[in-house]
Amino acid sequence: MSDNIIEIKNLNFSYNSQTVLRDVNLSVRQGDFIAMIGPNGGGKTTLLKLMLGLLNAYSGSVRIFGQPAQDVSYRIGYVPQDVHINKNFPISALDVVLMGTLKPGRGWSRHSQQDRMAALNALDQVEMKKFRDHRIGELSGGQKQRVFVARALVTDPDLLFLDEPTASIDTKGQNEFYALLKELNETITIIVVSHDLMVISGFIRSVICVNQHLHYHGHAELTSEMIEMMYDCTADETCPVELIAHGLPHRVLHKHEHE
Amino acid sequence: MIEALQFEFMQNALLAGLLASIICGIMGTLVVVNRIVFLSGGIAHAAFGGIGLAFFFGWHYMVGTIGFATMAALVMAAVTLNAKHRADTIIGVIWAVGMASGIILLDLTPGYNVDLMSYLFGSILTVPDSDLWMMLGVGAAILGIVIYFYNDYLALSYDEEFAQIRGVHVKSLYFLMIVMLAVGIVMIIRVVGLILVIALLTIPPYIAEKYSKSLIKMMVLSSLLSAIFTVTGLWLSYVLNLTSGASIILVAGFGFLVSFGLERLLPNTFARSVK
Repeated sequence: MSDNIIEIKNLNFSYNSQTVLRDVNLSVRQGDFIAMIGPNGGGKTTLLKLMLGLLNAYSGSVRIFGQPAQDVSYRIGYVPQDVHINKNFPISALDVVLMGTLKPGRGWSRHSQQDRMAALNALDQVEMKKFRDHRIGELSGGQKQRVFVARALVTDPDLLFLDEPTASIDTKGQNEFYALLKELNETITIIVVSHDLMVISGFIRSVICVNQHLHYHGHAELTSEMIEMMYDCTADETCPVELIAHGLPHRVLHKHEHE
Repeated sequence: MIEALQFEFMQNALLAGLLASIICGIMGTLVVVNRIVFLSGGIAHAAFGGIGLAFFFGWHYMVGTIGFATMAALVMAAVTLNAKHRADTIIGVIWAVGMASGIILLDLTPGYNVDLMSYLFGSILTVPDSDLWMMLGVGAAILGIVIYFYNDYLALSYDEEFAQIRGVHVKSLYFLMIVMLAVGIVMIIRVVGLILVIALLTIPPYIAEKYSKSLIKMMVLSSLLSAIFTVTGLWLSYVLNLTSGASIILVAGFGFLVSFGLERLLPNTFARSVK
């Protein structure tokens, strides 16, 4: 088996005859920490859902761990963008996290003591243990997001997808949050959709720009010389990214080569 | 109430009400948290087509109604899963067409003068023993299935996508839920009639939701509330000589208002806020 845990080839996807992703190719190596950026409606969440097997590609292939996406989705931890779903739902923070202990092919669906311990540990990891018996609807946006991160962690994933996980967290909290992700990245490959480039650039290894097309910026390119220029967000072939990183006043990605 | 219970029809009515309450508490909770109240209404009304079919072909009432309601429910569920943005329209169509075909089939049934009102508003006072056994069987089956798949239903109701990623068979379980709902609704039609079935499926879970920290507590509390509403309604209808189905619903409606008022007057006491 190759080192690439994600292998996407010539992927096309459209929704109601509107093209969302066009000719996407992507290889992700074990241990990468990727920021996925791009304009709203550019296809970031769609790409995550394709990799989770929740959506099926119109053409092309998505292979995760060398297998079709939907067969291995249980090995992926997922933190969805919208954590405000069903806010009146009668469920405690602990029960939300316990959802992550579900596994394919179980029969009788009772949680074991072991599941409970794992869920409490995960809540502890995101510093939400004391809220375990609170109803999820009572928690603030940032607290909810932490609970959803705990739910993804308890799955003991090999791969972690986070869709704008820090949208309701303040800057200090974001720093702590990405520090936690960096720690996790020692064993888990991570893809995080984020707009907080100022915060995130100190933690990540590479960048994916998604705007119908996909552009992958590897490690080397991130540390290359800065170019003081802002790219136009709407242009198809340019990546709308300006990165500001620690130690470098302005760090900007290269302009994409025309394909 | 005690002296009323010496009549066998009253004993049967009470048992039917309690069994329906358990079915309502469980299925109503799933209906409310999955937001398929409209679909439930569609099933209840389309079931009338099954009643017409049963009389036209001379089948047993339960056979025609359960069969037809289940078929209609599965079609509506399939549309809901595959074309969400059109689901309410399609459900509305099946709702109306099912009901209308039931009435036309009854028109065409030679020499049969069916008491339509008893199906629209329930006939809890004339529940035969055989129906009680059937309700007991259905109630037990629903209880067993929901307990067995409890955590799967919890995940699928709270976050369908995440459930699917975790390998929960979301689609099969969803269809199973719809079948349970259809069969359950046919049972409840016996008690309060198809017009009023929605109230018993929604009011107790709505009240229970804000006092419950888990889905299972919501199911238990809904069942208890249903039982209280049913027994109180039955008692009032006996004492005041009123239609039993409508009495039950009005009692439930009163409970809803009381609960809503409490929530408004003491907003900080409850986990849920009304907006």
